[in-house]
Formats: sequence, C-alpha cells, structure tokens
Amino acid sequence: MKMPRALIGVAGLLLGHVALAATPDGASIAHQGNGHGVVPCMACHGADGGGLAAPGFPRLAGLPAAYLRKQLDDFVAGTRQNASMQPIATGLSEDERAAVASYYSGLPVPVPSPAAPMDAAQKMVGEMRAERGRWSQGLPGCVQCHGPNGVGVGEHFPPLIGQSANYLASQLHAWQQGTRSNDPLQLMHSVAGKLSDADIAAVSAWYATPPATTTPGGHSP
Amino acid sequence: MTRYRYTTLCFALLLAACNRTGSSASMPAVSKSSSKPASATTVLAAFAPPPESSIPNDDFGKEVALGRQIFLEPDKYASAYVGNHLSCENCHLDAGRLANAGPMWGAYPMYPAYRSKNHHVNTFAERLQGCFRFSMNGKAPPLGDPVLVALESYAYWMSQGARVDVSLPGRGYPQLAKPAQTPDYARGEKVYQHDCALCHGANGEGQQVADRVVFPSLWGAASFNWGAGMHEVDKAAGFIKANMPLGRGDTLSDQDAWDVAYFMNAHERPQDPRYADSIPATRAKYHDTPNSLYGVEVNGQVLGQGTGKP
Repeated sequence: MKMPRALIGVAGLLLGHVALAATPDGASIAHQGNGHGVVPCMACHGADGGGLAAPGFPRLAGLPAAYLRKQLDDFVAGTRQNASMQPIATGLSEDERAAVASYYSGLPVPVPSPAAPMDAAQKMVGEMRAERGRWSQGLPGCVQCHGPNGVGVGEHFPPLIGQSANYLASQLHAWQQGTRSNDPLQLMHSVAGKLSDADIAAVSAWYATPPATTTPGGHSP
Repeated sequence: MTRYRYTTLCFALLLAACNRTGSSASMPAVSKSSSKPASATTVLAAFAPPPESSIPNDDFGKEVALGRQIFLEPDKYASAYVGNHLSCENCHLDAGRLANAGPMWGAYPMYPAYRSKNHHVNTFAERLQGCFRFSMNGKAPPLGDPVLVALESYAYWMSQGARVDVSLPGRGYPQLAKPAQTPDYARGEKVYQHDCALCHGANGEGQQVADRVVFPSLWGAASFNWGAGMHEVDKAAGFIKANMPLGRGDTLSDQDAWDVAYFMNAHERPQDPRYADSIPATRAKYHDTPNSLYGVEVNGQVLGQGTGKP
C-alpha cells in the first residue's frame, strides 16, 4: 500500500499486459492509462486531479469514491452522456473503475484556480440561488443538499465548491436537456428545470469563485 | 373558525401540523370535532410575505434580522434553549416563508388563541415556547427572553398586511384526506428507503457536515421529542406530501405520504417532557388520538420509552 508511486507505475505497466488477474492500480490508470487504450485521466483532469477550468473538465480529487464510481458506471450505462468520457469509462473494467475512483477520492483537495471576478449583480443572484433557492418556484438552495458553502454531503451530493463555472454550468444544462439523467430521485433534473440561463451562469460562477474573493457572509471557511 | 383550530404548538412542524387538526400539537388530544381544517390547504397562498431585503435598517429591523438568524440556526443563536441540532427551517421551509410548510405569516395572525393543549389562551410567545420544548427538545425560553422577542419580531414583520384572525390559504400543512388503506409500517418502510433514505439515512439519522445539520434526524435521540406535533401521523403526512422530497413536493401519493409518516413516527424518540407516572398515563393525558403512536405497540415494542439525551 505504501509503495513508491514510480514503482507502482512500473508494476502497473507490467501487470497491464498480464491483464485481469491482478488488482488494478488507480494511480497507474490515472497517470498512464490502463494499457488497453484508455488515456491517463490526468491528461484532462490535471496532475493533481483538480480539473481544468477552461474546458470544464471537473475536479475529481477528494470527491467521494462511491460518487466517482457511479459516474463511471453511468457513462457506461448512458445515463450520463459525454463524448469523451463514455468511451473511456467503457474501456475500463469494473475493477479499474473502482480503483481509479478510490484513487481520486483519496487525493487532497487542490487549491482552486482563480476565477474571473463576478460583478455585484451576478454575485447577488448567485449567492441567492446557492443559499436560498427560489421557493416561489419550489426551488431549494444548493446548500440544502450540497451542504454549507457547497462542500458536499455524503456520497450522493458532491462538492460544488472547487469546480469550475464551465463544468457546473455544463452539468446544469445537461440535466435540463436530459443528456445527464443519473441523479437520484431526479433531484437535479427537477432543480435544473427551474433555473434560467442567468441563474445557471450566476450560481456556477458563485461556486467557482474561491471564498477569499467573495463577499463576507457568503462563503466562509 | 373557532380558535380551537389554532391550538398550534411548536414551531417546527408543530405549527403547521397542529393547526390543522386543532389538536394541540404535540398533543393531540383534542376533540376532532373542533378540527375544521384550514381551508385551502394545497392552493398556492395568496399572501406574499415581504422580501427580506425590506427588513428595515433600524432598531426594530435589527430585532427582525436577529429573529431570522435564530430561526435558521437556533443551535447557534439560541443554544441555551435547544437540545438537538434541528433548525426551525427544517419544517418551516424558506426561513418560515413558504406556504404549506408552516409559514410564520400563517401562524402569527392567529394568536392569542385558546389551546386545548393547555386549556388557556396562549400568546404567540407562549406558542414559541412550545417549539423549543418539544420540537427542539430543549427548554422554553422565559417570556420576555430576547430569543422570543426576536422570533416574535420576525414573525410579526413577515405577517405585515395579513389580517388578524383570518386563516390564510397555505397556513400550516395541508390536511390530507383519510388514506384508502390504514397507514402501514412495511409499506412505509419501502417508501422511506426509496424516497427518503438518500438524504435522511437508512436509520433516520440525517446527515451533518461540519457540525451543521443538512438533513435533519427524523427519529432517535437527536430528533424532535414525543411532545412535538410532527410526531403525529396526520401532521407528518401533510408536511411530507406537500414538501418532500425537498424540491419535489407533491410527487408522493397521499397513501405513500401516510405510510411513510407512520413509519417515521413508529420509531423511538426523546421522551415527552410532560411524561408523568407511566407511558399509558402519559398517553391518556396528552396523546389520546389515533394519530399518535405514543404508547402503542409496534413490531412488538411499546413506543414512548424515550431515548435519553443525545
């Protein structure tokens, strides 16, 4: 368990050819791929698993293993659609999916990259939707399931903080459009359907903005 | 519209819950005959509370704002009086503003009111005391306590424009029609595991993050006690039907709401603080209603044992 990473990598390469007999190594898949055509996760999700903000590749580091595993399974099942991830997830065996989910869940949460500053009006909308929702439409605030400051709750409600605005917005639109339908009890489908484009932009930027640059009283550590 | 209906009780849940049946909250016990349901239960309320941005920036406004803070985080701002980690907002959604989720603007204008629960006219402040004692499983702040002054100021501010002694549509929780089938533990358990356990946990324990409750405990030592109105099956069913799963209210069938309310309330929770002598005696005095499972044997266990302090 405490093998140096380089050694693990070498072992992974060797075992890759022997195939399925050995327990797959998550770190090896993340850094080198699985040896069967699946590219290394880090190519898109960053060396530290923090994701890439501009193209909207999400942070994986520190997310619950069960959540990550479910996403990979759902890419395979098609309840979460994505042109890049579906072939990748399908190219991983079940054990490999479990291993890579476990690996990323154990990584420390990276420091989020700086986000574009929000203007005051958008900040107000973002904070309102995040904290209070819009109950006149039956819309709960994000924090009511994702926890204070969007830190995530249990294995079903992943952290929002530390994800890029592009990623968060893309997912909210995906739920609206039905290209993502793997939410338990259709909770996100229901929520996303009540958000306007302006709401989505504002609340996504709100969670992508590191706490230090938001108003006092909003995000607090 | 006799005042009987308004025998509401504790905030959390209770309020809503109670008003409808007229039985006093945690305490049922009231004559069913006095329970004309508030009209208009599931209709969207016509009353619109003022926006929070209109809380005045003066000494009164400060009290309103403090009341709102207490409402949202009672264990932080009224810690001396709470015995669990629930929030008023767990049952009075949207900071007590949402119709059919026990809104403060539905309750405030109905007081003072005679309550069969304690056989005298209660002020709104006394009604608030009940919330702390039962729903929050704590102790009642004394009348005049800053906590009660702030909460009453918040409820008063929110009710501006509402007519006194008029039961507004959206007050309390909806009163569901009697279910086609008697509420059932096994059916309720299925509903619970399918629609509720995701957030509230397989054993009703709820979920916390960083010492903040995100999903409240529904039973057990950290939940509301046997004196709270939400322990009554009809009140819980109305709340659940209108508001659960959160953000997807009105998606469960009435039967499912009754069954899962029964299931939730067929579990042990902290003792009724009015307990005296024995479970049967306490039931006879405070829980003599088919909607209370206090003192009732379910799955071989007589409920009402309590849980001890969390």
